[in-house]
Amino acid sequence: MKIHEYQAKEILRQNSVPVPAGIPAFSVDEAVIAAEAIGGDLWMVKAQIHAGGRGKGGGVKIAKTMEEVRKLADQILGMKLVTHQTGPEGKEVNRLLIEEGVDIAKEFYAGIVLDRSKENFVFMVSTEGGVEIEKVAAETPEKIIKVWIYPEFGLTTFQARQLAFALGLDDDQLKNGVKTFMALWKAFDNYDCSLAEINPLVVTGDGQVMALDAKMNFDDNGLYRHNDLAEMRDTSEELPSETDAASYQLNYIKLDGNVGCMVNGAGLAMATMDIIKLSGGEPANFLDVGGVANSETVSRGFKLILTDPNVKSILINIFGGIVRCDRVAQGVVDALSTMDVKVSVVVRLEGTNAKEAVTLLEESPLEFIIATSLKDGAEKAVEAATQG
Amino acid sequence: MSILLNRDTRVIVQGFTGKEGSFHGGQMIAYGTNVVGGVTPGKGRQTHLDLPVFNTVAEAVNETDANASVIFVPPPFGPDAIMEAAYAGVELVVCITEGIPAADMVKVKNFVRKTDTRMIGPNCPGIISPGKAKIGIMPGFIHQEGPIGVISRSGTLTYEAVYQLTELNIGQSTCVGIGGDPIIGCTFIDLLSLFAEDDGTDGVVLIGEIGGSAEEEAAAWMQESGFNKPVVAFIAGQTAPPGRRMGHAGAIIDGGKGTAEDKMTALRNAGISVVASPADIGIAMQQQLEN
Repeated sequence: MKIHEYQAKEILRQNSVPVPAGIPAFSVDEAVIAAEAIGGDLWMVKAQIHAGGRGKGGGVKIAKTMEEVRKLADQILGMKLVTHQTGPEGKEVNRLLIEEGVDIAKEFYAGIVLDRSKENFVFMVSTEGGVEIEKVAAETPEKIIKVWIYPEFGLTTFQARQLAFALGLDDDQLKNGVKTFMALWKAFDNYDCSLAEINPLVVTGDGQVMALDAKMNFDDNGLYRHNDLAEMRDTSEELPSETDAASYQLNYIKLDGNVGCMVNGAGLAMATMDIIKLSGGEPANFLDVGGVANSETVSRGFKLILTDPNVKSILINIFGGIVRCDRVAQGVVDALSTMDVKVSVVVRLEGTNAKEAVTLLEESPLEFIIATSLKDGAEKAVEAATQG
Repeated sequence: MSILLNRDTRVIVQGFTGKEGSFHGGQMIAYGTNVVGGVTPGKGRQTHLDLPVFNTVAEAVNETDANASVIFVPPPFGPDAIMEAAYAGVELVVCITEGIPAADMVKVKNFVRKTDTRMIGPNCPGIISPGKAKIGIMPGFIHQEGPIGVISRSGTLTYEAVYQLTELNIGQSTCVGIGGDPIIGCTFIDLLSLFAEDDGTDGVVLIGEIGGSAEEEAAAWMQESGFNKPVVAFIAGQTAPPGRRMGHAGAIIDGGKGTAEDKMTALRNAGISVVASPADIGIAMQQQLEN
């Protein structure tokens, strides 16, 4: 799960990571009230969307007067912000973060992610702040300093010192850097984060080590023990069909093609997308209906796939292990007889009771294209999409 | 022959009296697995599926000499269940549970590493040595005893691959679902090294997917160690968009890393036969065996 910058900063603040004074705003008036409450003579007006590159896209501006706060808030709220992560269609801005201006002496990078190869979390810092870390990693990997977290102890003080020294911090800056790193790890650990990225991490004129930007992603598997995070979810950042799918415990991801697919199991679902592509088509979605492919899940699956007007055919690919194919086939027949599905439906069922399933489909008054193998199914679905 | 699991393996089921534990425990027994009992805290001294239930894994091991365990408990209890089994000295622990946080698995793996236990999973279908025994949730009947080892990060996609092999009359020595999570017990390399030593395994099917670098590491290991049995590999997610988690917690292209293309290239460069189509896994292995 992803959250907005202002929400991440709220979590950081609660965990003693220094962040600039800031208040979220959902309207122009709220932005002005926020700036007045913060005080000072310089404010940042920052678009809040779940994508990086907001500054370059024109979603982060400096205001020197209240009039400018009002003007910029008005300009950014409602704009379609286009960044390298949003795609060309951009994302509508509905929330702002109004922040105090910060006196920046130095800019760095700090991040924590899971290092899957080392089976451990890794804390990284770099002197190259404000730059995409992937770029630094590719071009000057020696400029990224890493320490791996001890599962029993968490980040230790000597490791935090090591990171702070690597950034060239000394005196108060060093002490503050160590404190900030320790606090950042604590926040990461407390909330089952999958990623925390502070870019830039800044040293202020008075020696504070502060998170000027903040990105936090959370391990979906850890959400059950963090009810407070559920409130931070912004469903306007998701496709309604994907939000809907998640509420039924279905894994649905919309793609750009026209061959829809419904599969049991994530690996087989990906493989089905792949074979659609290899057969000359383009998959319209990823959909894993899980182990229970009954009429309810099948009809939900159809509804999800058909929310996408590009879909011209649907391939159902079920490998029946514990789930019996005849039950799945009955589910498909039941779902289709109560729905108005205008696109061709190709069904490939293999495994337990596959023969009975085919008989059931053949005897049904509904029109199915029955496939005899994975390859056959993909080819028939692509052909149907091309003709339809 | 087989690896990890045979007719003599003495298996206990953790979460035995629950819905999943009961159903799949029953299926395992029906397949011929030597299930010797189960564990459900608080239900000790009861009998379930005609087998004894114990309060703790330690007790179960003492009473039954169990040397393997399969875990069917909800995600919040999974980490503890794995550690309990490892602490009790169980040699092989298979965790089926899907949904355990990665942070927990980092700690659990660190714990298990200090014991002699081999962990498989979590978020996996389990292990089957066809004709001998199964520990997990896979349908037994699609398998056939034979010379091919299967290692996979997936569930139903593994069944698809096994089905293709069986249809071509190519049996399997042992099939291992290693799990779809970012942090798992045994990796491709751990199992490849077991298959390398197994006289009953003449070739290996390796099924990977996007995310992480386990396939690249396996490719490098096979090359360096001179792994000399034929391998056919398929990588799922060639059409997966970057930055999206494709069902499995571990199946995500992150910061441009973990793409199917990179994995396929690494495997091909190591001399592995990589198929682009999931429909060609069986045929490719048949060709490898004929060569």
